[in-house]
Formats: sequence, C-alpha cells, structure tokens
Amino acid sequence: MFLTYLRRELRHRRKQTAVVAVGLAVAIALVMVVSSVSTGVRDAQTAVLESVYGVGTDVTVSQPGEAGGGRPGRFEFDAEAGEADDDGTRSLDQAQLSVERGTATFDAASLDTIEGVEHVTDAAAALTLTSTSFSGEMPDMEAMQEQMEAGGGPGQAGEQGGPGRAGGPDGAGGSAFEVDSFTVTGIDPSADAVGPLTTVEVAEGRGLEAGDDEVAVLDATYAETAEITVGDTLSVGDSDLEVVGTVTSTTGDGVATSSDVYVPLVLAQTLADLDGQVTDVYVSVDSADHVDAVADAVGAALPDASVSTQSDLADDVTGSLSTASSLVSTLGTWLSIIVLAAAFGLAILFTVSGVNRRTRELGTLKAIGWGKPRVVGQVAGESVVQGLLGGVVGVALGAVAVLAVNLAGITLSGSSGGLAVGGPGAGGQAPGGGQATGGGRGGGAPFGQAADTATSAVDVALSAPVTVWVVVAAVGLAVLGGLLAGVVGGWRAARLRPAEALRSLA
Amino acid sequence: MYQLKNVTKTYTGKRTVHALRSVDLEIGDGELVAIQGPTGGGKSTLLQMLGGLDRPTSGSVLLAGDDLAKLSDGALTSARAERIGFVFQHYNLIPTLTAAENVATAMVPLHVKAEKRTRRALEALASVGLAERADHLPGELSGGQQQRVAIARALVKEPRVLLADEPTGNLDEATRDEIVELLEGLWKEEGLTIVMVTHDTAVARRAQRRLRIAKGTVTER
Ligand SMILES: Nc1ncnc2c1ncn2[C@@H]1O[C@H](COP(=O)(O)OP(=O)(O)OP(=O)(O)O)[C@@H](O)[C@H]1O
Ligand SMILES: [Mg+2]
Repeated sequence: MFLTYLRRELRHRRKQTAVVAVGLAVAIALVMVVSSVSTGVRDAQTAVLESVYGVGTDVTVSQPGEAGGGRPGRFEFDAEAGEADDDGTRSLDQAQLSVERGTATFDAASLDTIEGVEHVTDAAAALTLTSTSFSGEMPDMEAMQEQMEAGGGPGQAGEQGGPGRAGGPDGAGGSAFEVDSFTVTGIDPSADAVGPLTTVEVAEGRGLEAGDDEVAVLDATYAETAEITVGDTLSVGDSDLEVVGTVTSTTGDGVATSSDVYVPLVLAQTLADLDGQVTDVYVSVDSADHVDAVADAVGAALPDASVSTQSDLADDVTGSLSTASSLVSTLGTWLSIIVLAAAFGLAILFTVSGVNRRTRELGTLKAIGWGKPRVVGQVAGESVVQGLLGGVVGVALGAVAVLAVNLAGITLSGSSGGLAVGGPGAGGQAPGGGQATGGGRGGGAPFGQAADTATSAVDVALSAPVTVWVVVAAVGLAVLGGLLAGVVGGWRAARLRPAEALRSLA
Repeated sequence: MYQLKNVTKTYTGKRTVHALRSVDLEIGDGELVAIQGPTGGGKSTLLQMLGGLDRPTSGSVLLAGDDLAKLSDGALTSARAERIGFVFQHYNLIPTLTAAENVATAMVPLHVKAEKRTRRALEALASVGLAERADHLPGELSGGQQQRVAIARALVKEPRVLLADEPTGNLDEATRDEIVELLEGLWKEEGLTIVMVTHDTAVARRAQRRLRIAKGTVTER
C-alpha cells in the first residue's frame, strides 16, 4: 500500500514532482560540476607542482636574490663587439648562462646540512639556469652617429642608412635580433629519488647517468620546438654539449617537464662559473606530519634560505590555474549553496502545500486508524522519492555537464614559484608544449627581462573527474533535500487532527 | 455500546464555543440512532466524541467499557482502526487510489497481509454491489457509488459501530434511499450499532431512535 499510494500520489501531481525533482537535479548537477572541476583544478595544480618540483618533494629550499641583483642577464655590447661587415654592420653571436632573476645561489654544502635534519629521507640539489643566446646584426654605430647629427632621428634614417633599417641598439627600429632562451637544470644524475627527475621518463636516447660529462638531455617538447634531435649538439654558455636523450613528463599528457635542458650538476656549475653553488634543494620527509617541523628546522639551519612546503607552493601557483581555482572555490561554492538552498526551499514549499491541500485526505486516513508514524512516513516517503528522482536525473545531468567541460578542452596554465614575470615583448607559449621559450623576437624588450620569462609555466588540460564519491554525495544531497522537505511536511501531517476528516471544506 | 457521562466540549480560540454541554447519553448494542438538529448545534462534535477523533473537554465516553477520553493517542488510534467505522458526507476517498485500494486502506493498520487485503476489499465491494468497479478511481464513480465504496471501507474491518456524518447529504433522493436501505440492511443483518447524523427527516424517520441536538444539548424525540 505504501508504494502504491506513493507512486499514485507522485504521478497524480506530476507537475509538482517534476518541478521539485528538476530543481534538486539542477542543484546537484551544479554541485557535481563544481566539485569535479575543483578536483580537476586541484589535479592540474598537483601536476604543475609535480612537474616543477617532482613527486615526493615535501619541502623545497631556495634562496631569494634581490630583484635585479645578482648577475643580471644583460648582454653587453659595445661598438666594437662582433665582426664588422663591409658596410659597417656588426654580426653578433653571444650566449649567456645565468641564474634566473630574483634567485640567488647558495653553497652546495647546504645539502649536507639539510640531509642532517631529522625526518629528512632524501634531498637533491639542482642548479637552475637560464641560457639566453643572442644572435643578430647591429647597424654601424658610427654611421648612425652621423645620421643623427644630420638631423635624422634613430629609426627614421632607414632609407639612407645602414642595411635593413637603422635603429638604436635597443632594437626599436633597425636591428635584426634573434633571442633564444631556455632553461637549464643542472642536477646530480644519481639523485632521482626526489626532485625534478622523479617525474620524467626517457622518451628517446637515454637519461643522464653518473659519470656523464659534456652531455645534455632535453625536454621532448622543447626539443621538438627547437628542432633539436638526439645526437645534435646544443650550445650552452660557451660549450657545445652532445644531446644524448629526450625526456617527457610522467604527470600527465600535455604537461611539460620543469626544464628545457638537463645537464649534470657539476657541468652546470662549471658552465655558469658557479662552482659549488646550487639554486634549489628538493627535500622529502618521512611523514606528512613532519613536513612543517622539517621546514622550520631547515629554515633555522639556513636563515637566508626560503623554505617552502608543498602547500605553500600550491598557493604560489599562478596563472589561469589559480584564477580557475579561486573561481571554483568562491563563485562555484556560493553558487552551489544558493541553488541548493533554493532547490531545498522549493521541495519544502511544494511538500507543505501538498500536505495542506490534502488535509482532509490525510485526516481521513487518521480517522480510519492510520497511526501518526504511518501518515508521516507516507508524506516523507513521497518527498524522499522525489529527492531520489532528482538525484538520478541530477547525476545524469551533472555527468553530461562534466563531460561537456572535459570535451571543451579547457587548458589551464600555471606557473609556480612566482617566476613567470612576463616582460613586455615576451614571446608567449610554445605551441603545444607549454613551456614558454622566453623572450620573444620583438627586440624592444630589455633582454635581461625577456630572459626571465616564464621558466616554469606549465599548461595542463583540465580534466574534471566524476568520482563515485561525487555521485554518492550528489544523490545524497538530493535525498537530503527530499528528506528535509519530508520532515517539514511530515511534521505538519503529524499535527493534523483526525477530526479534519469531518471538515466540509473540499 | 456507548455510555456518555457529563460530556462537555468547549472550543477555545478567538471565541469560546460550547459545542457540547454536559451531555449524558446511552446507546445500546445494535441500535440505529439518527441525530438531527440545526447547523452548528454540535452534531459533528458529538460524532467526533463517539468516534474517538477528538477528546471531550470533560466527562467520559465509554465504548464497551473503555473510556475514549482517557485512552492514549496510540490506543485511541487502535480503537478507531479496529472498532469504529466511519462514513463521511463527502465520502472522503483517496482520489489517487482505486475503489479496491481505498477499501484496503482500512486494513493497513490492522496488519492484514496484502493478498488477504485485496480479497477482503473485493468481498466488501461486492457486498455493496460494486464488484465490477473495483479498479475505478473515485473520480470515475458517481456520488452514490463513491459513498458505497466508503461504506465498504468502513465495514471491511468488521467494526462494532458505524458512525456516519450526513452520509446522504450530497446525494439525490433516489441515491439517498439506496444508501439508507444499504445501511438499514447492514444494521439488520450484521447487528451493527449505527449512529447517523442527518438533516433529512425522511432518513431520520427510518431510524429506531431519534435524537435532537441543539446548542450543545441532546434531547430525545
Ligand atoms: N475546531 C473547532 N474550533 C472551534 N469551534 C468549532 C470547531 N469545530 C466546531 N466548532 C464549533 O462548534 C459548534 C458545533 O459545531 P458542529 O460542527 O458540531 O456543528 P454541526 O451540528 O455538525 O453543524 P452542521 O450541521 O453545520 O454540520 C459550532 O458553533 C462550530 O462553530
Ligand atoms: Mg456537522
């Protein structure tokens, strides 16, 4: 009787049933989308962090440098630099290898200090450098000088002046500059338990090995963009290195590894003239409970260092990823709550009005001997089934919506560590790869700044997963809405006097 | 069957209404009693007291020795489920349930198994001459047919007492006579005690005993 009555009642007022169920369905579909997308964003964040810091890195240690201080990555030319052509133009070809701006190096001996800290299971040091090479032509300075004196401003003298268009050395007009920038990470090949190497796998050739000398391993995406294959040579600083292999990231499709080029740590130190210096130490800790303690201990032991835990790093992720993350967590959450509250309110309203409309019917059941629990159960049962219906429809709706989000192919870009300071004229992302290859071809930017660009910006395709738990929670929420309405409606039904059966009101 | 002693019912609300004023009344087993009186006189209120739908403000309502005024809510519900059958002016059928299902609702609190419920419901419908309308919804039945379903619902549990509040109030004369004859037949055959409120003197005349209630006071006539 319970089910027959319930089914008939819901079918009888199918409009209300549909409105309530659809309301709950829309609300929980939204909850599903928001929670799935936020999981997707979190996964993307993890992927970014892992590709930059490696799997299992609990704490990273670096040393901030003064902004613009250290060794500025600025090319210095003078009028005599390069080889002069017949027409006075000078061809320049220079490469520079330096630490990224805002970063300072510190003594590799710190690694031993860190390894000595309690609960540290592993630590690996790396020297992260940026190689910027410049090649191009510069107009004859003397000729330019003459033109200026003759009344022509820089950049306007092209017709009379040097080859191409004349212009200042700032590139505003006449020089043909080519700037190529890539990141170089020097790392101990044997330190693969923690650090950037934990998330790479060899794509072609081989990885770095202990005893390697003047060799380099490239990020596969970078290698493709730069058109370098295994066996080629790559100029880093003043040396030509043999490319022995390429690597890809294990954290996910479309995720670039943290660096364009990997070389043995000692080689990096030699090339950059930074013997015994490192920029980063990656630390793994025996248990999550000790991460903060280790971070504190390392901070105490190395007062100048900047010590970050994974959660600090997650906060540091910038770019569209962090925008998406905050959007999902604020707007998404509030929207879900509001819509959910509205759907619950709707369910309650319709249930209560249903009970009011059925005053005589429910009173009659009481009059003929139906107990309070039976009448309340009937009313509540109807609401719960409405909720269940909404849950089923909502899960289907939510699944479709999440699928649509996934198929939309949203790509989030995140960078970590605050390194991605885009300078004017920054070249943007490499196609498909995600690694920004640094300062663009627009010669207008000061080179030092261009070289700073986006060393660890990583593109991750957003993939929002629908987990069993999300589905269970969604259906649970819908049923909760139904239950809530059932409790309110049931409470009203419970208060109905059986004498209502005698009321003459229809 | 019933013994009412000094039953008072006072409704307190915006205005205090004395619906029943110290009513003393005895109704014997197997009596057919008709209650008449002006509107607002207290007929429905008296029926509520007899049916355990409400409690008197004071006094006692003994049904076969049990004081309905003092029973717990649960016991009162059981008394309604087991011992008292109701028939209402507006039939009060569940609009979404078929005739047979409506009759079966009366057996739900008696924990009768579903199969047996269906069989007994069909028997009860047959006894009021509606066997072939068992699958119809109330909306598909005429007023008289609906009232027959309601009577079947009241009788299917084999109660001791049948209480009816203007059972023919919404029916035309011919149908009214059918229903009254049906009730009379049941009264005679089953030895039921029937208390029936009616405005209709033609109906009241057929009763064995006639009561009049006005301004909360019961008088025999
Ligand atoms: N729940 C209630 N609250 C307040 N007053 C009530 C309530 N029920 C009935 N009354 C009042 O009690 C008095 C008796 O009402 P009752 O329904 O018993 O009259 P009745 O004789 O059945 O009238 P009718 O012939 O119109 O059905 C009326 O004045 C009515 O307004
Ligand atoms: Mg009345």
